[in-house]
Amino acid sequence: MDIHEYQAKELLSRFGVAVPRGGLAYSPEQAVYRANEIGGSKWAVKAQIHSGARGKAGGIKLCRTDNDIEEAAESLLGKRLVTVQTGPTGKLVSRLYIEEATDIDKEIYLSFVMDRAAERIVVVASAAGGMDIEEISHSRPDTLIKVQVDPAVGMQGFQAREVAFGLGIEPELISKMERTILGAYRAFRDLDATMVEINPLVITKQKNVVALDAKMSFDENALFRRPHIAELRDKSQEDPRETYASDRGLAYVGLEGDIGCIVNGAGLAMATLDMIKLAGGDPANFLDIGGGASPERVTKSFKAVLRDKNVKAILVNVFAGINRCDWVAKGVVDAVKELEIKMPIVVRLAGTNVEEGRRIIDTSGLTVISAESLADAAAKAVAAAKSAA
Amino acid sequence: MAIFINENTSILIQGFTGRIGTFHAQEMIDYGSNVVGGVTPGKGGSTHLGRPVFNTVKGAVQETGAEASIVFVPPPFAADAIMEAADAGIRYCVCITDGIPAQDMIRVKRYMRRYKKEQRMILTGPNCAGTISPGKAMLGIMPGHIYMPGRVGIVGRSGTLGYEAAAQLKELGIGVSTSVGIGGDPINGSSHRDILEHFENDPDTDAILMIGEIGGPQEAEAGMWAKENMKKPVVAYIAGLSAPKGRRMGHAGAIVSAFGESAAEKVEILKGCGVSIAPTPSEMGATIAKVLQARKAA
Repeated sequence: MDIHEYQAKELLSRFGVAVPRGGLAYSPEQAVYRANEIGGSKWAVKAQIHSGARGKAGGIKLCRTDNDIEEAAESLLGKRLVTVQTGPTGKLVSRLYIEEATDIDKEIYLSFVMDRAAERIVVVASAAGGMDIEEISHSRPDTLIKVQVDPAVGMQGFQAREVAFGLGIEPELISKMERTILGAYRAFRDLDATMVEINPLVITKQKNVVALDAKMSFDENALFRRPHIAELRDKSQEDPRETYASDRGLAYVGLEGDIGCIVNGAGLAMATLDMIKLAGGDPANFLDIGGGASPERVTKSFKAVLRDKNVKAILVNVFAGINRCDWVAKGVVDAVKELEIKMPIVVRLAGTNVEEGRRIIDTSGLTVISAESLADAAAKAVAAAKSAA
Repeated sequence: MAIFINENTSILIQGFTGRIGTFHAQEMIDYGSNVVGGVTPGKGGSTHLGRPVFNTVKGAVQETGAEASIVFVPPPFAADAIMEAADAGIRYCVCITDGIPAQDMIRVKRYMRRYKKEQRMILTGPNCAGTISPGKAMLGIMPGHIYMPGRVGIVGRSGTLGYEAAAQLKELGIGVSTSVGIGGDPINGSSHRDILEHFENDPDTDAILMIGEIGGPQEAEAGMWAKENMKKPVVAYIAGLSAPKGRRMGHAGAIVSAFGESAAEKVEILKGCGVSIAPTPSEMGATIAKVLQARKAA
């Protein structure tokens, strides 16, 4: 789960990471008010969306007057900001963060990630701050510093200092840097984050260490024990198709194609999308209904898939194990009747009691096409979507 | 032989008396697995499904001599249950639970390192369908009847995609020595590489089908290891060719976040390591058949 920059900064500041003074605004008037409240003579008006690369997309504006701030806020609020990370539809800007401008002397890249090979939290830092990590890894790999944290004892001061000295920080700033690195690490660990990225972390002309931007993502499996983090979820930043499905306990990822997919198991669901692509079609979504495939979940899944208006055909692929195919088939037939679905539906069942399951599908009197194998199902779904187009 | 479990392996069920634990324990007993008891803290001394219930894994191991366990404990308590099994001297543990926080798994892995390699429990999962040695024993939640006994080893992240593979093999008259689910989480007990090593050393396995997916370094690492160390042929299928970057595809670990983690990149790396690739998920069985044929001819 992602959160906004201002939320990440507030969390990090509680762990001793210094951040510029700032305030949240929902209107141009409020933006001006916040700037005056903060004081100073230069401010950044920052669009709050769940994406990086906002600056390049025009989502961050430097302002010197009330008028500038009002205009900046006017131009951002209510618009969809398109960055290289958001996809072509962009993300809705409904909040702005107004921040005092910082006199930058030096920009640093600092992040904490869950390293899957090391199975540990790893600190990644570079003196080439401001660029994104892909750019740094590509053009300045020599500047990358990585330190692994032993989960038994957590990050130690010497490790933070190792990073700080490696970055070429001047000696009088080492203790501030150490505090920042250890603080961000504790935020990662104590809040069950999966990623903390401070880019840039800046050394100001006044010799302070300040997080100018901040991104945090959290482990959804740990939200049960982090209720304050769970509250930070902003559904306006999600694909509405995905919000609908996830609120109903379905794992759904919206895609661009026209074949809706309903599959049990994440691996089989991915394989089904692959099969559709290989057969010359385009899947509209990934959807894992879970191992069970009960009639209620099948109905819920149809509803979720049908919310996508691009869908022209639906492929149901269920490998029934403990739950027999006849039971799943009955669930599919009931759902199609209840929801009065008119578009072509291809159903491929495999596993326990498969013959009985197919018989139920074939004799249902519905426009449901049954398929023998994964390849057969994909070919039939692609053909159905093409003829419906 | 098979790996990890056979008809003699004595099995404990952790989370025995819960709804899910009860259901799958009965399925395992019906399959012929040697279930000797279970653990539910607070219900020790009672009997469930005709087997004794214990308060602690240590107590259960002392009484029954259990060698393996399967964890059906809910996510907040699952890491604790795994560490309890490791501490009690369980040799092989399968964790079915889906939804364990990643940092809990990091702690579990760190905890297990306190034991010398020879004494360290082998963990597979979490978030997997378990392990089956067809015709011998089932330590999982799979439909046992779709697996035919035989000499092909299966290792995979996904449950139902593994069923798909087993069904394709059965259709072609090819049986399975052991099928091991390593689960869909980013931090898991055993990697693809770990399981390949067990299959390489198993005299009853002739070839291995590895079913991977997007995300993480494990498939590439397994390929490199196979190239250097394996005599047996490996066939792989990698799910998620059409998955967009940065999106989590159902499994907590199925997300492309670094170079080399997409399906296309993994396929290229594996090809370079001499692994045969099943071009589509419907050809996993056929690709194994081809490899076995070539081996026989050689």
